[in-house]
Amino acid sequence: MKSGSNLEGILESGQFAVTAEAGPPKGTSAKVIQRKGELLKLCCDALNVTDNQTAIVRMSSISGCVLLKEQGVEPVLQMVVRDRNRLALQSDLLGAAALGIRNVLCLSGDHQRFGNHATAKGVYDIDSIQFLQMVKTMRDEHQFLNGEEISGDVPFFIGAAANPFADPFEFRVTRLAKKANAGADFIQTQGIFDMPKFIEWMKMIKDRGLDERTHILAGLIPIKSVGMARYMRNNVSGLSVPKEIVDRMADAKEPKEEGVNICLETIEQLKEVDGVHGIHIMAVAWEDIVPRIVEEAGLMPRPVV
Amino acid sequence: MITLEQKKLDEILDMTKRCKRLLVMGCETCAAMSFAGGQRQVAELASAIRIAKKTSGDEGEVLEETIARQCEPEFVDLSGDKVSECDAVLSLACGAGVQLLAERFPDKIVLPGCNTTFLGVTEELGVWSERCAGCGNCILDKTAGLCPIARCAKQLLNGPCGGSMNGKCEISKDVDCVWQLIIDRLKRLNRLEMLEEIFPVKDWSPAGHGGPRKMVREDVKS
Repeated sequence: MKSGSNLEGILESGQFAVTAEAGPPKGTSAKVIQRKGELLKLCCDALNVTDNQTAIVRMSSISGCVLLKEQGVEPVLQMVVRDRNRLALQSDLLGAAALGIRNVLCLSGDHQRFGNHATAKGVYDIDSIQFLQMVKTMRDEHQFLNGEEISGDVPFFIGAAANPFADPFEFRVTRLAKKANAGADFIQTQGIFDMPKFIEWMKMIKDRGLDERTHILAGLIPIKSVGMARYMRNNVSGLSVPKEIVDRMADAKEPKEEGVNICLETIEQLKEVDGVHGIHIMAVAWEDIVPRIVEEAGLMPRPVV
Repeated sequence: MITLEQKKLDEILDMTKRCKRLLVMGCETCAAMSFAGGQRQVAELASAIRIAKKTSGDEGEVLEETIARQCEPEFVDLSGDKVSECDAVLSLACGAGVQLLAERFPDKIVLPGCNTTFLGVTEELGVWSERCAGCGNCILDKTAGLCPIARCAKQLLNGPCGGSMNGKCEISKDVDCVWQLIIDRLKRLNRLEMLEEIFPVKDWSPAGHGGPRKMVREDVKS
């Protein structure tokens, strides 16, 4: 075991993993995170704590992770290279390791222009792939980026993101290969609505044998309303929401129910896609629905490893 | 070229309102190419300031001068006589020109009439775009002659982020994704495999993060 995390145990034993997102508050309330932890504890193998998601300042990801750990919930520490240079990243990783955090997700981060401090200087000292490589070297070689020795273990299960729907499509597979080469033990993808495109991407991943080198967790975004579907279709770069999904939401008498149905159908299809090792549910501002989705998808109870 | 854009007249009038004898100084190189600070723009701006001063009842004279390059001491020094007649110089050069004037004329107030925008190219008449970030360590051999440091909003070195869509950058549909352009070009050149390698962490110190930069060439030094 590289990290001894629950998520690693489940994936390495070949079981289908379930993760979800628990975003920290735009304030100091521990309860916000604790409530999400309590809610999602039994239906997920680990919870991602986002890092100033969409470039909006929130409680730090590390603090959120610690709050979850105190409740017996395993966190995935999300870290973006937008806000920290190589020194800050490494120092936070040491702290995270010391605090018992065992999963880390290495990301570029949404551009600061989208956030609530749009004039901030983006750091981007290193990119997400270099970041993965750095964490792997810290873990496996006990070395900082400059080659100096680290005292103590840095046991992280290392994750990365992948977006099968961004362009240029063919390069997405190369980029995933680079992430696997750089050290990604697991991948959490962008939310999937366009199943044919995802299947095509997975086929290319399989053709290169990448599904055997990294665990791919397919991303899901439960849709609450037709407005949300339209917004994601028209305004979110890197998301592919087919018109049929928007139409289904528009025609539905009970849009939330339809959103759950779409999500459950997607999970059923994903279970059949060769090389998919789990799902990652990003129910932003709709965490309450996650236990029901996991239950109705037949993924309960969660395995104990 | 270095691209420039003349400041708004209100801002220029505000910074020059106390000047009794103002010299508007143009630069015939990049500033002229940008239509921001060549001889013609100097004449136009000088008249606008004169009219404004007259209208507001302010006293004062506005003189004009344009030199070949405000970034070279030899040229700057040639304007010494003209500068000595004035109490302030409004430079229509880039930030480098403004600073060299300030350095060569320590007793004069030197004011910037332009904003220095970027290192770029003329796309068509009246349209310029950024090409180079002056990072001090060129990587264009590895990126098909297109620079992700100057042209990727995140300065990513290992390919496009998840926000690249239809050839456009996530920050705006009006911005090309340079990684899309790089990949298209490498595909055309049959060299796409170049991108398989992980691009190593970049040293940003020659890019200015290591402090103010200076270049010394012993072989050409006098």
